[in-house]
Amino acid sequence: MSTERIRIDRRSPRPFSAIQSFAVRYGLGIALVIVWEYAARKAGSIFFPAPSEILHRAATLWLSGPPQRLFLSDSVFQDVIPSLFRLLGGWALAVLIGVPLGILIGRSRNLCDLVNPALQFLRAIPGPALIPIFIILLGTESTMRVTLIAFGSVWPILLNTIEGTRTVDPVQLDTVQAFRIPRHARLWRIVLPAALPKIFAGMRVSLALAVILMVVSELVASTSGIGYRIQNAQIMFLLTDMWCGIVLLALIGYTLNWLFLKFEGRVLGWHRGARGRTATS
Amino acid sequence: MLAVERFHHAYMPEQLVAANISFDVKAGEIVSIVGPSGCGKTTLLKALAGLIRPTGGTIRFQGKVVQGVPDRLAIVFQEYGRSLLPWTTVNGNIELPLRYQSIPSDERRRRVAESLQAVDLSGFGERYPWQLSGGMQQRVAIARALAYQPKLLLMDEPFASVDAQTRADLEDLVATLRDRFGITMVLVTHDIDESVYLSDRVIVLSRSPSIVLAQVDIELPRPRDQIKTKAMQQFVEKRSEIAQMIRRPVGREAHH
Repeated sequence: MSTERIRIDRRSPRPFSAIQSFAVRYGLGIALVIVWEYAARKAGSIFFPAPSEILHRAATLWLSGPPQRLFLSDSVFQDVIPSLFRLLGGWALAVLIGVPLGILIGRSRNLCDLVNPALQFLRAIPGPALIPIFIILLGTESTMRVTLIAFGSVWPILLNTIEGTRTVDPVQLDTVQAFRIPRHARLWRIVLPAALPKIFAGMRVSLALAVILMVVSELVASTSGIGYRIQNAQIMFLLTDMWCGIVLLALIGYTLNWLFLKFEGRVLGWHRGARGRTATS
Repeated sequence: MLAVERFHHAYMPEQLVAANISFDVKAGEIVSIVGPSGCGKTTLLKALAGLIRPTGGTIRFQGKVVQGVPDRLAIVFQEYGRSLLPWTTVNGNIELPLRYQSIPSDERRRRVAESLQAVDLSGFGERYPWQLSGGMQQRVAIARALAYQPKLLLMDEPFASVDAQTRADLEDLVATLRDRFGITMVLVTHDIDESVYLSDRVIVLSRSPSIVLAQVDIELPRPRDQIKTKAMQQFVEKRSEIAQMIRRPVGREAHH
């Protein structure tokens, strides 16, 4: 599996001013929030509270704690932080399993042919379908949720790593062989860096998957977490609280993706540069 | 230095590329291998480098039969853009092969700087290969080979992917490096002018399954000059002699 990234070419013939570029990037988002606010107030529906109301409620929910805890409320420690731990723990586990295993499988043509059908079959299982069996095997604590997140989000990493490892340029391999670079070094110096762009693409898809799986896992048989709070708020008809959870999830997803892109930019600066050059020449 | 005896290679039983190729290369020589496309030039070069094992015949480098890549042999590929590693700098690319030769780091740095200077790229060490032009990248690939201090330098169509002017400059650079470092060079090319201009000897291969049609000694005076040498009577004669050998069979069997 390979993931294509859509990248908007920001080079424009005439340079934007700072205000213009801010407007282009965030203008639509801000406009949508304004429209939402206006429409929600006008409609007055209890199902669709206004953004300002959600924001106000969110501040009470999560930022009403004592100053020595940075104003974070108990709910942050009971729900938000455990959720983040499960999410990042499950994703980290997926990376730690997916990358080495992917390299191992990708390096051997026979192994690849042998395990590929099984991998494709396992990948086709929707993660949430395994919640019942995971509950039986692992209980209802964090272990079950972390395992579920790891299981569901390992596939893009694993398959992209296999693909990246298999498609190392034969000229590069001939080159390192001709210069008598020893085998163990070829893995670190050639195979891994060459596969890294694909591995990162997989890791980014997995991160988004991990957020989804985190929420889904917390909707079932749970007593804490953002997903649990959203469902609980719905049952208790605290609809603004429910919306708060949804907005928080969006914010978490957005921030994680942003952080990941920053990290990727640092590690894979060469790849962007090399691609930019070949595309223009 | 290098001895090829009855080299024979088939990728599959029915797909014979090279039938019977024998030649020697003496220390310090520049030898070109030319032939019609598909005659197994690159296959032969890869076998010389120990990257593939021929299905028949023996290759000896410095008296030893080549099994796997021999020591003190470097190679420059046509695809400089793919042979240089994009994730590391020019310095990193040149230094990489030296790291596994138990060479102390100050010696490695000295060799990197010297070889960059030899190809006239001092000051570009911290750049990435993709930040350089095609001709410069190929010079980096040559510098990487030089820093390795090979006895034998193999080049596979090294100048086929650069423009004409850069190509002429690179040809002269290679000739200079041979004179300066005394490296034996074997060059595969499809360009007859280039083979005559650069070489002491040109080995002409037939169509596949290939044999050696002729070994043409080139006794043009050195240092050679892109304009003067190519205007010499001997250059013109050698060039058409080789061109006829390569083209004659093609004309006859073109549409079989």
